[in-house]
Amino acid sequence: MSANISAILYLVSGVLFILALRGLSSPETSRQGNLFGIIGMVIAVTVTFLSVGNFSSGFIYVLIFLAIGGSIGAFIAYRIPMTAMPELVAGFHSLVGLAAVFVAISAFINPSAFNLGTPGNIKLASLIEMAIGAAVGAITFSGSVIAFLKLQGIMSGAPITFKGQHLLNALLLILIVILTIYLCSTQSSNLFWILIAISFLIGFLIIIPIGGADMPVVISMLNSYSGWAAAGIGFTLENTALIITGALVGSSGAILSYIMCKGMNRSFFNVILGGFGATDQTSQSQNKEQRPVKSGNADDAAFLMKNASSVIIVPGYGMAVAQAQHALREMVDTLKKNDIKVSYAIHPVAGRMPGHMNVLLAEANVPYDEVFELEEINNDFANADVAFVIGANDVTNPVAKTDPQSPIYGMPVLDVEKCKSVLFVKRSLSPGYAGIDNDLFYKENTLMLFADAKKMTEDITKNL
Amino acid sequence: MEIDPFIFRLSIFILSIFVGYYVVWSVTPSLHTPLMSVTNAISSVIIVGAIIAALSGSDGVVFSSSSIYGFLAIILAAVNIFGGFLVTQRMLSMYKKKKKNK
Repeated sequence: MSANISAILYLVSGVLFILALRGLSSPETSRQGNLFGIIGMVIAVTVTFLSVGNFSSGFIYVLIFLAIGGSIGAFIAYRIPMTAMPELVAGFHSLVGLAAVFVAISAFINPSAFNLGTPGNIKLASLIEMAIGAAVGAITFSGSVIAFLKLQGIMSGAPITFKGQHLLNALLLILIVILTIYLCSTQSSNLFWILIAISFLIGFLIIIPIGGADMPVVISMLNSYSGWAAAGIGFTLENTALIITGALVGSSGAILSYIMCKGMNRSFFNVILGGFGATDQTSQSQNKEQRPVKSGNADDAAFLMKNASSVIIVPGYGMAVAQAQHALREMVDTLKKNDIKVSYAIHPVAGRMPGHMNVLLAEANVPYDEVFELEEINNDFANADVAFVIGANDVTNPVAKTDPQSPIYGMPVLDVEKCKSVLFVKRSLSPGYAGIDNDLFYKENTLMLFADAKKMTEDITKNL
Repeated sequence: MEIDPFIFRLSIFILSIFVGYYVVWSVTPSLHTPLMSVTNAISSVIIVGAIIAALSGSDGVVFSSSSIYGFLAIILAAVNIFGGFLVTQRMLSMYKKKKKNK
C-alpha cells in the first residue's frame, strides 16, 4: 500500500475518533459515536497490516497476541461492576502508558523498522520524540498503578507526604531534561533506560501525596497524560491517527481535570502538590460543639414524602457503596405512582470520577432526563418540598457559602437547605471526605435518618 | 525552501488540540465516564506502533529483542481497545429516556 494512501486512511480514522467524541454530546447519538470509534480503530489496524505488508509467521503471532489481549479486555468489560469504573479506567490508563513505553523501547532498539535511522544513529527529532513518549508513558504507567491501588483500597487513600517532596520531584524532572539532552548527543542506550526508570519513579512520586478525595482529578489528569504519551509516539512514528488521537485525549483529560477542580473549588496546582484531605483540618474537627439534631425513622420519612408534591434526590458515592441505587429507584417508582414529581441532582464531583454517579443511576434504570447537573437544578430546591440526601455529604454543606474560614469555602454546593424539609440518610454524624462538620445536620428543617442507605430506602418504600 | 514534514505534523497536532477542546466541552456532563473510557480505547491506537514493532524482526526471526516489546505492547493495547470500547458500549446502552406512558 502506498504511503500516501495509508496516510489518508490514518487521517480518516483520526476523523472518526473525533466523531466518536462528538457523539457523546447527547446520549442519543453516543452509541453511534462509539461505533465510529470502533470503525476508526479497525481502519487504523488494517492499514498498518497492509502497509507493513509482512504476512510471514510473525503476522500469525500478532493475531494471536491480539486475540489474547482482546479476550482479556472483553472479559473485563463484561464482568466489571459499574461501581468499579474508576479502578478500571485507572488500570486501562496504565496499560496505554506501558504500551507507549514498549513501543518507544522497540523503536530505540530497532529504529530501521520505523524508518528512523540505524541503532546509535537515530534522527535527532525522532530521538527527542521517543524520549518524550517514553517518559510520559512511564509516568502515566506508574501514576495510574498507584491511583488504581488507592482506589481499590489496596493502598491507603491517605496522602503520603515527606519533607522535600516537591524539591525532589522538581530535581527529577530537571534530571529528565538533562538526560534527554545527553541522550541526543551520545545515543547511549544506558541513558535511555535510566530516563525510563526515573520517569517511572516520578509517576509514583507525584501520585502518592494526593488524597483519596482528589481521585477524580487524578484519573482525569492521567487520562490526559496517556493522550500526550500517545501523541509523542505518534510524532516518532509519523502517524497522523496517533497524533490526532493523542491531542484529543490529552485535551479531553485536561478539560475533565479542570471541571473536577472547579467542582471542588481547588486550583490544579493545589491538587497536584497534594496533601489535601487529612492534614489541615484536624484542628477544626476537635473543637466542634455538640449541637442538637433531629433524627427520625423510615415511617417519618415516608410520611413527609407522601405529603410532598416534589422531591429532589441528592445521591453521592455513599449510595454506591451501600449498593442502594436499585432500592432508591424502587422508592422513586412508588413516589411517582403517587403523582409526586421526582428529580435527581448531581454534583460535579459526586462519585469517584467525572460522571460516575450518572452511570450508576443509569444502571439502576433511572431515565437520564430525570437527572440534572448542579447548575440546572440548584434553583429548584427552593420550590421543592423534600430533598432526599443519600450518600452525599460535603457537596450539600452550606458552610461552603457562609464560612470563609472553611476549607471548602467557595466550592459550588447544592442548595439543599432551601428545601422545605431535608431527609439526610447517613450512618452517623461523622464528617465527610473534607473532614468538616456539615451544618445541614443541625438545621431546623433537617431530619436525619441514621441507617444503612439501602435498608433505609427499602423501609421507606414499605411505609409509603 | 522545503518545509520540514515535522511542521505539518505539528500543525495537525495543534489543530487537533483545539478540535478536542471544543468537542469535549460539548460533551454532556452525564456522559463524562463513558468519555473517559472511550478516550482510553481510542488512545490505544498506539497499537499501530506496536504492530510495526512486532513485525520488525528480520527474515525467519519472529522474536527479536525489539519485536518482543512490540508483542507485549500489542497485548496491552488490545486489552484496552476491546475493554474500552465494550465497556463504553455497555455503559451507553444503560442510558435510557423516560418512558412516555399514557
